[in-house]
Amino acid sequence: MPKIKMPKGTPSIDMTPMVDLAFLLVTFFMLTASFRNAEPVTVETPSSISDKIIPENILMVTLDKDGRVFFNLSDAEARKEMLNNMLQKYKIGLSEEKIEEFSFMSTFGCTMQELPAYMNTEAAKRASFPTKGIPSDSTKNELLDWLSFAATAAGNTGRTAFEEAKLKGGEPKMEDFKPKFILRVDSKTLYKDAQKVIDVFRELNLNNLNFVTSAEAIPVN
Amino acid sequence: MAQIAESGGGDHGKGKKRAKKGSTHVDMTPMVDLAFLLLTFFVLTSTFSKPKVMPLAYPAKPKVTDPKPPKANNVTTFILADDKVYYYRGEFYPKSKPGANGPTVLEEANFGSGENSVRKLLASWNEYVIKNKVELDKKLEKKQIADSTYEKKLNDLTVEREAVKVLIKTDDKALCKSFIDLVDELKIASIGVIAPTDLSAGEKELLKSKN
Repeated sequence: MPKIKMPKGTPSIDMTPMVDLAFLLVTFFMLTASFRNAEPVTVETPSSISDKIIPENILMVTLDKDGRVFFNLSDAEARKEMLNNMLQKYKIGLSEEKIEEFSFMSTFGCTMQELPAYMNTEAAKRASFPTKGIPSDSTKNELLDWLSFAATAAGNTGRTAFEEAKLKGGEPKMEDFKPKFILRVDSKTLYKDAQKVIDVFRELNLNNLNFVTSAEAIPVN
Repeated sequence: MAQIAESGGGDHGKGKKRAKKGSTHVDMTPMVDLAFLLLTFFVLTSTFSKPKVMPLAYPAKPKVTDPKPPKANNVTTFILADDKVYYYRGEFYPKSKPGANGPTVLEEANFGSGENSVRKLLASWNEYVIKNKVELDKKLEKKQIADSTYEKKLNDLTVEREAVKVLIKTDDKALCKSFIDLVDELKIASIGVIAPTDLSAGEKELLKSKN
């Protein structure tokens, strides 16, 4: 009877296709992933059935669950204009360098008095900066000033972007370039606190607000 | 140089010199390891979905010179208190001045999907709009009407006499979550007129007696 010949040596599998596949996927995920900017607060948004994606040119007020107010303006150029106006109004000095840095930051929240100290804090440590957020009381309404300067500045940059898009051809809609007003609240924020911020928006005649929500399935009847 | 090597070789006098045989395989395993490590990292850290937004138009701040707004019909008022939802339909009648059906009584609702849930209640009250919206949706699907016409018709539909309009009032302890949940339910029931307003003194009193 002939003997069965056992294969000699170690069995080897050609790994090349596997490597190809793995790197293809890595490349895909690397290119599609967008890294979130560091936020000074974590906010757990409520969910809704809305499927409207967050727009580009936005003014966003964030409220954490203790009712602290944070603010973010998406457009870097408008941020600079807004900050300069604020510094002038509150007579606070800040170096050119810090102003530049501010224009590329995202959400921030502190009083105008705290702002120089806030900007001098290392970027990684700003999240733990001790602050009560932007004051929005009727006695000391800094949020109102931030919002009104931001709305003007973002309106200007939006208009410039619209003109540019028009020159490039196509039929851009002005509506798409106007700044949108976003409110990001935590599920546990008291509505009373949110209402204070909403009233500030309404004071400036900005009545069309958008709430940030996470997606939820639409119920089928 | 080659000559030197040849002379040093000694025995290899005849025949061509052969390249060393043997496998040219590179062990790919560490590379696969690395690739999958990176893959896992990106899969776990990447977020696909951008956050969504829910638009809500607030009523403009009334000016002192504004005339009193006309009474809207078919208004339902929702009151958010703590973790409870109350509602009453129509106008508010305090105990001292009861309407045709006596003073206003607050009914309790919930955010589930069973009995007395906001969803079921709204679906039955706003049947008129929901039914008409289905027809509009069909027309839009068949491309009988344009997008802008659809929007306009839907808008008109929600302000009609039969359509339910909603006032949302909140007490001091209401959470944003219940507010958003309620607005969400209203949007599910295709209610177009939503106005968040403040509690009146009479309502506050009624609410106090509930708790």
